[in-house]
Amino acid sequence: MNIDKRIADDLAANDISFVTTVPCKQLAGVIEEIDHRTDIFHIPSNKEDEGMGLCAGAWMGGKRPAIIMQNTAIGVTINTLATLIQYYRMPLPMIISYRGELREPVACQVEMAVHTKALLAQLNIPTYHFHWQKDVEEFDNILKYTFMCNKPVAILTDANFWGGYGDQ
Amino acid sequence: MIRSEILQDIAPILRDHLVVCNIGIPSQELHAIDDQPTNFYMLGTMGLASSIGLGLALAQPKPVIVIDGDGSILTNLGTLPTIGNNCPDNYVLMIIDNGSYGSTGDQPTYTSMKTDLAAMARAAGCETVVEVQDVDTGPALQAALGSGKGTVMIVKCDSGNAKMPVITMDPVVIRDRFMKAVAG
Repeated sequence: MNIDKRIADDLAANDISFVTTVPCKQLAGVIEEIDHRTDIFHIPSNKEDEGMGLCAGAWMGGKRPAIIMQNTAIGVTINTLATLIQYYRMPLPMIISYRGELREPVACQVEMAVHTKALLAQLNIPTYHFHWQKDVEEFDNILKYTFMCNKPVAILTDANFWGGYGDQ
Repeated sequence: MIRSEILQDIAPILRDHLVVCNIGIPSQELHAIDDQPTNFYMLGTMGLASSIGLGLALAQPKPVIVIDGDGSILTNLGTLPTIGNNCPDNYVLMIIDNGSYGSTGDQPTYTSMKTDLAAMARAAGCETVVEVQDVDTGPALQAALGSGKGTVMIVKCDSGNAKMPVITMDPVVIRDRFMKAVAG
């Protein structure tokens, strides 16, 4: 299974046509896939809170948005999640590379990984963790759930899900 | 002129368009001067008016006017390259540059010193950048809307705020009526 294509296909099948990204090594493939597709408009952001602003505007303009980012971004975007996305009740699927989890080669990434789920729980953000490739089968349901409840929803995708880092 | 006087001046132009307004006193002033369902008031989240407006302009064809401030743009400087590289023709970013953080007590921003937002916007790739003095805002905004080109306006004015009430409208109501106006 090509996970990158599966994720992009599920986004498109759920009418998500506006995707902003802040890159991560783990996400390079899915970002490239989205960039090539004609049914999804891809706009890279310089910072994740900026990206959430773009998504908020796109949604109010009639497009279904999504953001693709790293879990370190949770530290950047708490205010935006609370005072924009949640306060105005906006749907936002967040496809998040869960750095610092099993098979992570960079020790510093663990420092935010240990806070990631706690921060999301504190924000009452529905959170899913993809660890095995087959977990992607839930993605379509998660997207439907997000636009049913008009909430930000986190999909944490760890290194094992993406196939690891070669020798890790 | 201070910002509220500019908003008073251009209210008849804004009324017919989708407007995304910066957090704090700018939104309070616009709300008090001429509340419209076509106005999206930011109640929180410093710095994101330009990004929300850009997403909105990219998602649908109606013109979008963002009323932003120098302090807000400085908070979210990454917005300028994103605008510069993706600017749609229906996007007008009006940065009211009074050289101060108005909502927090008029502390000076760096635009009151050496920093030049127009030059920064151009360097970021924004193709149509106009610098306007406060009294000329109305005609300049009309020209930007009529040009059919995405425009960044830097409106230089005095520092200061009008005393206006806090917006008590529920955010979901603001958002819902705005979305109906967008779709209408």
